[in-house]
Amino acid sequence: MASEPVEEEYISDIGPPDFREMLPPVIKKNYGKWKYHEVLKPGVLVHVAESGDKVYTVRAGEPRLMSTQSIRQICELADKYCDGYIRFTTRNNIEFLLTDESKIDDLIKEVEELGYPVGGTWDATKAKYSLSNIVHTQGWIHCHTPAIDASGVVKSIMDALFDHFKNMDLPGLCRISLACCLNMCGAVHASDISLVGVHRTPPMPDDDTIRRTCEIPSTVSGCPTGALRPDMKRKTIIVDESKCMYCGNCYTMCPGMPCFDPENGGVAILAGGKISDARAPARLSKVIVPWLPNNPPRWPEVVDVIKAILETWAAEAKPHERIAEWIDRIGWEKFFEKTGIEFKVQLIDDFRQPRHTFRTTTQFKW
Amino acid sequence: MSDEEFPLLSELKKGPWPSFVKEIEKTVEQKPEIKDLLKQLERSYEDKITYWKHGGIVSVKGYGGGVIGRYSFLAKECPGIAEFHTMRVNQPSGYFYTTEALRKICDVWDEYGSGLTNMHGSTGDIILLGTTTKNLQPCFNALAKAGFDLGGSGSALRTPNACVGPARCEFALFDTLALCYDLTMTYQDELHRPMWPYKFKFKISGCPNDCVAAKARSDFAIIGTWKDEIKIDQEQVKKYAEEGVDIQKQVVEQCPTKCIEYDEEKKELKIDNENCVRCMHCINVLPKALRPGDVRGACILLGGKAPILEGPVIGWLIVPFIPADELADTVKDLAEKVWDWWDENGKYRERVAELVERMGMMNFLEAVGLEPDPRMIKHPRENPFFFWREEDLKPRVDPWKIWREAEKALEE
Repeated sequence: MASEPVEEEYISDIGPPDFREMLPPVIKKNYGKWKYHEVLKPGVLVHVAESGDKVYTVRAGEPRLMSTQSIRQICELADKYCDGYIRFTTRNNIEFLLTDESKIDDLIKEVEELGYPVGGTWDATKAKYSLSNIVHTQGWIHCHTPAIDASGVVKSIMDALFDHFKNMDLPGLCRISLACCLNMCGAVHASDISLVGVHRTPPMPDDDTIRRTCEIPSTVSGCPTGALRPDMKRKTIIVDESKCMYCGNCYTMCPGMPCFDPENGGVAILAGGKISDARAPARLSKVIVPWLPNNPPRWPEVVDVIKAILETWAAEAKPHERIAEWIDRIGWEKFFEKTGIEFKVQLIDDFRQPRHTFRTTTQFKW
Repeated sequence: MSDEEFPLLSELKKGPWPSFVKEIEKTVEQKPEIKDLLKQLERSYEDKITYWKHGGIVSVKGYGGGVIGRYSFLAKECPGIAEFHTMRVNQPSGYFYTTEALRKICDVWDEYGSGLTNMHGSTGDIILLGTTTKNLQPCFNALAKAGFDLGGSGSALRTPNACVGPARCEFALFDTLALCYDLTMTYQDELHRPMWPYKFKFKISGCPNDCVAAKARSDFAIIGTWKDEIKIDQEQVKKYAEEGVDIQKQVVEQCPTKCIEYDEEKKELKIDNENCVRCMHCINVLPKALRPGDVRGACILLGGKAPILEGPVIGWLIVPFIPADELADTVKDLAEKVWDWWDENGKYRERVAELVERMGMMNFLEAVGLEPDPRMIKHPRENPFFFWREEDLKPRVDPWKIWREAEKALEE
């Protein structure tokens, strides 16, 4: 359904504004000519250019869901302190770029009064790291496939880990990400800690909806485990429940195949992924908790596990060591022992070519 | 809002982290109908299920994507959000804004939408959350007048994204922002008109720290690297040592290939660059003393994606190095070849990584004209089950013919 036609000049395919029009003068002048940076205190960086110019960055966490009213308030601060320029980061932070060091503290005060905490930075030279903001998806605010909410779980976790965002008190980088279903529009599969909303029940086909809204052959062939077959006589889809691993792909393709179940859906937790190639190479996160209940408004079971991982790692890791590298050193058997997380049978892979994850050596720890 | 009305959501107004519930409340002050969003959300919190219906095809004139249709199951009870479509608006490279530009977006969204946004969505777009079908076209037109355009959705090129790059980072090995903008502008048609088996993402990181998570989150990751020696400023090494940085422990012992030596007495670093894998750790720790070399460019990793369908993938190396000044042309040429092959062979909802897995790297490399390189693999295959082609072989000899002739000869 197209929206109503509008009688006016039609502009299309102009693309985004040229970023060069959006750069503050100090950035434009020193573009590509930055020499080094330092971390002045949590949330505050200084980048020094070859010209000797300095730009100060004040980083503040935002909740991703932002009202235009809040954006306007942030713009007011950017006008007052940053000559009308502002930037954001890939992890939902606001960054104020200043040239006058003496204004930093006043700005921080005003940003925090608005409710956006300053922090989320790290100083590799001193091996002091803050927790960075959580990247996440839409959840119940806007999504049609989520097994859990997103913003509420993230808020609960960040409330519990708030001090680690404000202070650079962690031994290494820690990226937490959340996706509210396996579609993972947040692509959380290579994070130090990731949370994923999972279904645990097969799709419930509604014959009438399938007939009205689905292309049956593509839905059937889209099932990665071959659990679907067409019922051509009745023009619907039959599910072999024993083959379903609840990925939800069929629901994405066909509105008649929802997997939702408020009591059985929940949260899987993964750990030990990383993306940066610094020291140990990038790698995928591994499932460490197959399921926790979907328990709004504060998801206490989930928060407890995240805290257990983070605090155990923070207490034990050597400087710079991320969760993946810490586990490399101590071994998975020690990871489960130290964090107190129960090793469940579901953590042993039985999907595609699982034997590559089995231990084929007599080397292990007691 | 009164907390008694929304008891579960009001729990999420407490605590030190910024509250998304408060952001919705701020919006309700301006637009009372958005209270229906709180109503529906509270109901989701009670019942532990989404109340958004599946899809609905809505769009603007001439575009096949950029708008995500959304309808409520609770339309009767929550008429203010009965239609609540999302518009994905292509962000400027590096998320840099003038406040003037940001205010223009706010003005448009206050006039035509809910006033709620995401700054930003996972792919990089500004997400404008919640408008009606009727308002889509006027909103699009107003955004265009303000200089903004829609991003990608569906089986299209998704909005490219890049790290902050040379704008504010000394590690950037090429101009990530210029490349991001160039790709975005070159492929407006691919971005706005879905025509492929499934989605395709470009992400661009200026160095191996990979701050936009390109290798995990994009089918085609462009990540900066270099070829020559790390540059050392020994004076700055000394200064770091004098300031108390334990260089042996923080740098030398952390090097993954053990290619750094530190002379404790002279306070000097020596790097065996032949064995360096350019992981960035030493440069991250000593940014004043160490810099990447001058022969700069990027490598390409293919296939990064989330689990649906065949499991999560971190992209794998297909091109180890492209010099910075050849990057834009080489990337476009290669990406177009990848698209042609994928478009020809891919099944519905099959990402590039899954197609390569199904068809094999040999077919892929041949199709896009890349030579095999040991840098593409962690180790060679552990099985000898490969497909030889006719041109690799001498003419086929029939074993039965040999044996039968031998038997025949014996009989005679």
